[in-house]
Amino acid sequence: MNVAQWLLTLASLGLVLLGLVLVAAFMIYGERRILALLQDRLGPNRAGPFGLLQPVADILKLISKENFVPPFADRMVYTIAPVIVPLTVLLSFAVVPVSEDWWLADLNIALLYVLALSSLRVYGLILGGWSSNSKYPLLGGLRSAAQMISYELPMGLALVGVVMLSGSFSLKEIVAAQTLPFIVLQPLGFIIFLVCGIAETNRLPFDLPEAENELAAGYNTEYGGIQFAFFYLGEYLGILLIAALVTLLFLGGWHGPWLPGVVWFALKTLALIFLFFWLRTSLPRLRYDQLMDFGWKVMLPAALLNLLMTAGLGLFWMEN
Amino acid sequence: MNKQTPTLLIRLWRSLWTTLRHAWAKRETVSYPEVKRPLPGRWRGRIVLTRDPDGEERCVACYLCSAVCPVDCIHLQATQRADGRRYPETFRIDFSRCIFCGFCEEACPTLAIQLTPDFEMCERSHNELVYEKEQLLIDGQGKHVGYNFYRHAGIAIFGKAIGEGVCDTPPVDHDTNLP
Repeated sequence: MNVAQWLLTLASLGLVLLGLVLVAAFMIYGERRILALLQDRLGPNRAGPFGLLQPVADILKLISKENFVPPFADRMVYTIAPVIVPLTVLLSFAVVPVSEDWWLADLNIALLYVLALSSLRVYGLILGGWSSNSKYPLLGGLRSAAQMISYELPMGLALVGVVMLSGSFSLKEIVAAQTLPFIVLQPLGFIIFLVCGIAETNRLPFDLPEAENELAAGYNTEYGGIQFAFFYLGEYLGILLIAALVTLLFLGGWHGPWLPGVVWFALKTLALIFLFFWLRTSLPRLRYDQLMDFGWKVMLPAALLNLLMTAGLGLFWMEN
Repeated sequence: MNKQTPTLLIRLWRSLWTTLRHAWAKRETVSYPEVKRPLPGRWRGRIVLTRDPDGEERCVACYLCSAVCPVDCIHLQATQRADGRRYPETFRIDFSRCIFCGFCEEACPTLAIQLTPDFEMCERSHNELVYEKEQLLIDGQGKHVGYNFYRHAGIAIFGKAIGEGVCDTPPVDHDTNLP
């Protein structure tokens, strides 16, 4: 690669980074407006037209706040933890194609890469909870560890069905293989992946690590200012990632009639993001043991069943 | 899958549907500065000092409001006019301490101190919330129109002898009842 290509790559990376951060910021605004819509309220509507400048105000406020490290915290880990969360999610976006022509990297192990990074993301929460050295963050971190263990397995197993059908780990090729969206062929796998995705992003009804009613703010109780903003950014980028992955893996990605591929991809992703927000207004939080029960006793057997059925039917189909 | 699963899914859908239905419901939020909710008639807001129908200050500087105030936010200094009528030389209410309980209004024997339905008194600093007599004293009579303490009180003042008040009868010379 020559210098021009490097610069082009760097510029596109910067553009994607800026775009993702902006999308995450406006997702927070969108979530507040949608929650308000479903709860008979108005939501933020003061800053700018329809309150559209609210994320700008929020970001400015969080940046201008003091970066405080509690004296009882483990200073180094406490500082590193909030960086891990958005970093791993942003790295995952490298392999997420937006349309047939718009993509950053097309790894042949993209799906494994995404799964690996989503497991690493939990370190941010666990370390943040541990290094804060106080009771609520510790409980939040503990819960996020239990949640990760319970939901990584069925999530990975649900994806094996998709990989079997498409014969590839590359997200581009998986989308290309979907002449019929995989939600039709893998309805169980879709549901398992979606539920596990919600659990992965710590959203209601699985937001146990945060659980503001019982744990103050869970793992990020001690955090403030820009470090808190990083956790927040990671959470919303995580939602975006899961919505994009579900779109790519099960809903046919950019396939769709009439409209260009990017628009279809955006519409499907936005619908899934709306589902995330909708679930948040509607459902109560599960208890710690209910969550583990559900993960191990329902999701894992269901994922295994899905895997078995996909493999069996595929074998049967290939034999005949 | 246990036997509760179907009802669980129904309940899940029901709660989702309930929140979705509320998207079309009437908003509960009141956009405050543009839309103002009607205040209750007896709202206890900003405190004023009123005047009687003749335009004189009603306050007789009896210190009862200051004494009854649970947060000690009323300070005044009594003085006398040449005709013997008392009035406050200074009257100061610290609204950063006031809890708008209305005890001062209840304690006031001359109906001078009154609470009004006004709560929009934001300031940038605590000092600006200390209201002096110039800010407190209004030109009107407030809630009790036509009431003049001295026309009801049984004492003689300049221009009114004992027994010439609104509800009074002239004093009787008890000696005339003797046989």
